Amino acid sequence: MQDSSFIGIVAPHTAHFPQALTLKSGEVLPEFDIVYETYGTLNSTKSNAVLICHALSGNHHAAGKHHENDKHPGWWDNLIGPGKPLDTNKFFVIALNNLGGCHGSTGPASINAATGKPWGSKFPMVTVEDWVSSQAMLLDQLGIQQLAAVVGGSLGGMQAMQWTLDYPDRVRHALVIASAPNLTAQNLAFNEVARQAIMTDPEFYNGDYYEYQAIPNRGLRIARMLGHITYLSDDAMGAKFGRKLRDGSLKYNFEVEFEMESYLRYQGDKFATAFDANSYLRMTKALDYFDPAFPHHGDLSLALAKAKADFLVVSFTSDWRFSPARSREIVKALLDNELSVSYAEVTAAHGHDAFLMPDPHYHQILRAYLANIDTGASA
Amino acid sequence: MSTEIIREAANRHDFALIAKWIQPGSKVLDLGCGNGSLLSFLRDRLDVKGYGVDKDDSNVLACIDHGVNVIQMDLEAGLAGFDSLSFDYVILSQTLQAMVNTEGVLREMLRVGKQGIITFPNFGYWRHRIQLMAGHMPVSDNIPYQWYNTPNLHLCTIDDFEALCGKMNIRITDRIVINEGDTVSFMPNLRGSLAIYRFEQAAWPISY
Repeated sequence: MQDSSFIGIVAPHTAHFPQALTLKSGEVLPEFDIVYETYGTLNSTKSNAVLICHALSGNHHAAGKHHENDKHPGWWDNLIGPGKPLDTNKFFVIALNNLGGCHGSTGPASINAATGKPWGSKFPMVTVEDWVSSQAMLLDQLGIQQLAAVVGGSLGGMQAMQWTLDYPDRVRHALVIASAPNLTAQNLAFNEVARQAIMTDPEFYNGDYYEYQAIPNRGLRIARMLGHITYLSDDAMGAKFGRKLRDGSLKYNFEVEFEMESYLRYQGDKFATAFDANSYLRMTKALDYFDPAFPHHGDLSLALAKAKADFLVVSFTSDWRFSPARSREIVKALLDNELSVSYAEVTAAHGHDAFLMPDPHYHQILRAYLANIDTGASA
Repeated sequence: MSTEIIREAANRHDFALIAKWIQPGSKVLDLGCGNGSLLSFLRDRLDVKGYGVDKDDSNVLACIDHGVNVIQMDLEAGLAGFDSLSFDYVILSQTLQAMVNTEGVLREMLRVGKQGIITFPNFGYWRHRIQLMAGHMPVSDNIPYQWYNTPNLHLCTIDDFEALCGKMNIRITDRIVINEGDTVSFMPNLRGSLAIYRFEQAAWPISY
């Protein structure tokens, strides 16, 4: 029997934008599509909309299933649904695939109308700011003037922050989870290794591999394996795999010997068949570029002076990629601007990935915060 | 305001007294804010811009549930996330006695806040003294713990606290001592069960 908090069968929509979008890099996307899903019902005053911003490898399919027999629901299904912390009985939830992605929104694998060929290497760099502009255009098309909340984890949290800066009057609450005001040098380094893995794959063809019917999936696989190591904590890996052997004894060769290797190879293979390498490159670049304090000589408080939203900032104790200290920098800058902010530092073992897990205390925090958001009497 | 918070506010005589010292619309930091009841009391009456600090998961959740801004952190580690003199008032309500680093917390209060407000149970209260004379650790409304399960580490009397303020060059601007809701002005260190202070950092004399 289906759980009553399950959103059920959902279907994606595609919004077409015939107008050109000038990107932060100065390049122009002449037209574009954004694929998105919605859950719940927009109220008559359009005051209950919540935007979900996805992270590095996410997409528009955040909740529910596309088909009854889908193996897995959307990537944040544990959060979104009737009676769940992000309650679709109260909120109208919008999740989209960002530009440059590979799940239906215009990206490197899409056909460039000017050439009739896939964009490939010619697809421009996209930034968090560009995503937020395109998300605002989607809201315009949906007739939504103001978001009750924007919610995101990791790279999604960066978009949530950017929303409050670029459209301070269009967002009432921002939930910034497991995020950071910019990437540390160590994070930039991880991203560069991931990109080098992809770009040095002989099947990469300088990004135009579509034309050669090639897929640089060896590079993408290694990039994902690296990512996976950094999303987990040492403790979580130790608890899950330790030094467990796959077949009970050492084989003294380069086949899979440890369970850890098996897991990484599995995750790498799974991802490499489902994701586009050019999209991965651009998502990591968007992470690298995000730095709202940069134009303010590194002063994050000055950068956040434009924000008007109320904030909930959440971090996880074992997250070493987006550590609690980085979230506290955000909190400090919000306090300096006398904005309403609450900060929860959740004790969790799962590292960066904890933001996707249904930890009871974490979900109670989100539930309590979201329950207090006023969506008007007609909600 | 939830009924639970109203009930607690009625029981906490110090809330209304603290509120008298706070300018409407000011910026307030409540250290060890618990479930946020004091801040929600002050917000509703004085429209203060308030933030609480607490390290406990359930308190952080309760604050968020009550719509009170809360920052989860351990006070003992200092208030590094807060700029100097960034608050009008820093409040420490019935928490000082549970701190390890008493002096450090007082110093941080007066670094971050223009004024400090503190409340603590007076260990010198006569009922406490009688229990000690009868051979037992005191247990009362304001110290409602047995010696073996108390979170309190540094209980003090009114005279002890004022001596520490003198040592730290803290100027006490106001003091109210109460017992069961009534103000005590005669022999407060004996007759008062709860002390409430407002204080600020006095300028250190210049030494050569």
